[in-house]
Amino acid sequence: MVLVSFETFMQQLANGISIGSLYALIAIGYTMVYGILRLINFAHGDIFMMAAYFMIFSMVSFRLPWYVSIIIVIAFTVLLGVIIEKVAYRPLRNAPRMSIMISAIGVSFLLENLATYLFTGVPKGFPDIAFLTKAIRIGNISLTVATLLTPIITIILLYVVLFITNKTKIGMAMRASSVDFETARLMGININRVISTTFIIGSGLAAIGAVLWGSKYPSIYPLVGVMPGLKCFIAAVLGGIGNTTGAVLGGFILGMAEIMLVTFLPALTGYRDAIAFVILIVVLLVKPTGLLGEKVTDKV
Amino acid sequence: MINQRKDHNIKAYILLFIVFAVLLTLLDLKYIGDEYVRRVLNLAAIYTIVSVSMNLVNGFTGLFSLGQAGFMAIGAYTVAIFTVPLESRASIFYVVPQNPALAGIHIPFPAALLLGGLLAALVAILIGIPVLRLKSDYLAIATLGFSEIIRIVFTNAKTITNGALGIKSIPKMPTMWVFFGVMILSVAFIVFLINSSYGRAFKAIREDAVAAEAMGINLFKHKVMSFAIGAFFAGIGGGLFASLLGTVDPKQFYFTMTYNFLLMIVLGGMGSISGTVIASFIVTIGLEVLRFFDNPLTLFGVTIPIFRAGFRMVIFSALLMILVLFFRNGLLGQKELSWGMVRDWFGRLRRYKR
Repeated sequence: MVLVSFETFMQQLANGISIGSLYALIAIGYTMVYGILRLINFAHGDIFMMAAYFMIFSMVSFRLPWYVSIIIVIAFTVLLGVIIEKVAYRPLRNAPRMSIMISAIGVSFLLENLATYLFTGVPKGFPDIAFLTKAIRIGNISLTVATLLTPIITIILLYVVLFITNKTKIGMAMRASSVDFETARLMGININRVISTTFIIGSGLAAIGAVLWGSKYPSIYPLVGVMPGLKCFIAAVLGGIGNTTGAVLGGFILGMAEIMLVTFLPALTGYRDAIAFVILIVVLLVKPTGLLGEKVTDKV
Repeated sequence: MINQRKDHNIKAYILLFIVFAVLLTLLDLKYIGDEYVRRVLNLAAIYTIVSVSMNLVNGFTGLFSLGQAGFMAIGAYTVAIFTVPLESRASIFYVVPQNPALAGIHIPFPAALLLGGLLAALVAILIGIPVLRLKSDYLAIATLGFSEIIRIVFTNAKTITNGALGIKSIPKMPTMWVFFGVMILSVAFIVFLINSSYGRAFKAIREDAVAAEAMGINLFKHKVMSFAIGAFFAGIGGGLFASLLGTVDPKQFYFTMTYNFLLMIVLGGMGSISGTVIASFIVTIGLEVLRFFDNPLTLFGVTIPIFRAGFRMVIFSALLMILVLFFRNGLLGQKELSWGMVRDWFGRLRRYKR
């Protein structure tokens, strides 16, 4: 345990909130897919990785301005998410759960290998979006615009997602499907449309997360999505899987826990990635339903 | 009639074993094959141990574990730390000296191998206790995370594992019988286990956990048991891996290694031991033979652009997808290879020829 100055603490607090809100953005995708399909979408972290590469290509290879690139990146990432769902998950809808999990692993493995093959394993630099990487000084604290903007964007997007799930017709269909898939189908809900919408939202958020992530950690390699992917699933479990607000809360707590570990116990910096799994084990031992999750009993 | 056929089968099995033993001895004594062939076959034997143990957990008990690479790392490092000759320790741990508690300890290979397996099983029990009480969905994430964490730990615990530099000069085994012997023993143990009352309980849990529990099967106990035994054999496989390569470092045990084993059990059939054994050899040999995919290929003076580094793994991951989407049962599904099946195949072949 080391004592840190107030400035350092505030700086790290801002970092924690910022990285936490990035986790939150990705965790929403996990929690929504799990809520409806009961599937851990292992490919979600790799969709995030592909989005970062799309951004690199759009801005570096095609020299498009960042605001056009972001729209293109979101469009391509959403397309990728929907295609994955159609090709790899939909044919297995009535297959054993194990098969669809293996399919998810297969997609993840394929995307990682494809990225290694197409873009090589050498890290690529993320294009500098001057607007996002500009440093702002508040007192003695220096922050980038991206750090300040990420939590705000996350909160706005959380409200958009909550609006969609709670106030729109497709949102009602989503909630119905997450309670009981079969009954929802019998009630005339177009399950495939609901699931596609879920993947559209999840992939779109992952794309936005990737742009913000790249502005913060501008080194992109084929396995860049793995750790964030695993951590964000844990964030979703921590918040209560299936619960969107919970996923955001879980993401914030996880990001904060990581940054605080690095700040106060610098000797353990190497174990930064391990803290998420310690949290997972603790949550599963103490409150398996997560912070905001409801208890679900298995129906026979 | 049935007795006669059984008798015939036993004779055939003995014959098959003799052929196998003679071939292996010839290979071992360097009459046939070269160093490369021996190495690939040894690797296939090791991968067979690990994938069969993974099938016990994933295929027979229905738990989705992805920690095989991590458990292998534990076994490999145990063998590496304890079997390296004392005199070469100082030259390996030249950046950070080895922990004095370990520096003077040297354990013979078989004991170190066993210790590695037991440590892997212990870690599996520690992970299993919190995770396996719940729905096994979380097991996938917990085990995947664990195999990443173990790499982080091994990279950081420099006085024990020598960090990212790894441990070199691990004594190599002089004979292929070490690898194939352990493989036969491990596969035999798992086959006996699956045919015992425990094995029936595992399968019952796979088919329907709620019904199994209603029939008086202690779910938690059996799940932890299957998971720990799977980890034990992965640890053993890891120990053999270390002694085959002669060197270990954390990068070898990247979690994507587990996906190779996943490909093997899906190809062989989730719930088929003989299928897994066959698939392990096919995939291991395939991974080696298909290395030409990674090199530029020139046909009739034209360089085919798709052949370059990484193409092989793209093919293998696509193969996993194709298998799970279109051939979900793999080679054998939940069946085991039997003489009847082989006879049917030949019968079909003969009819096809006509």
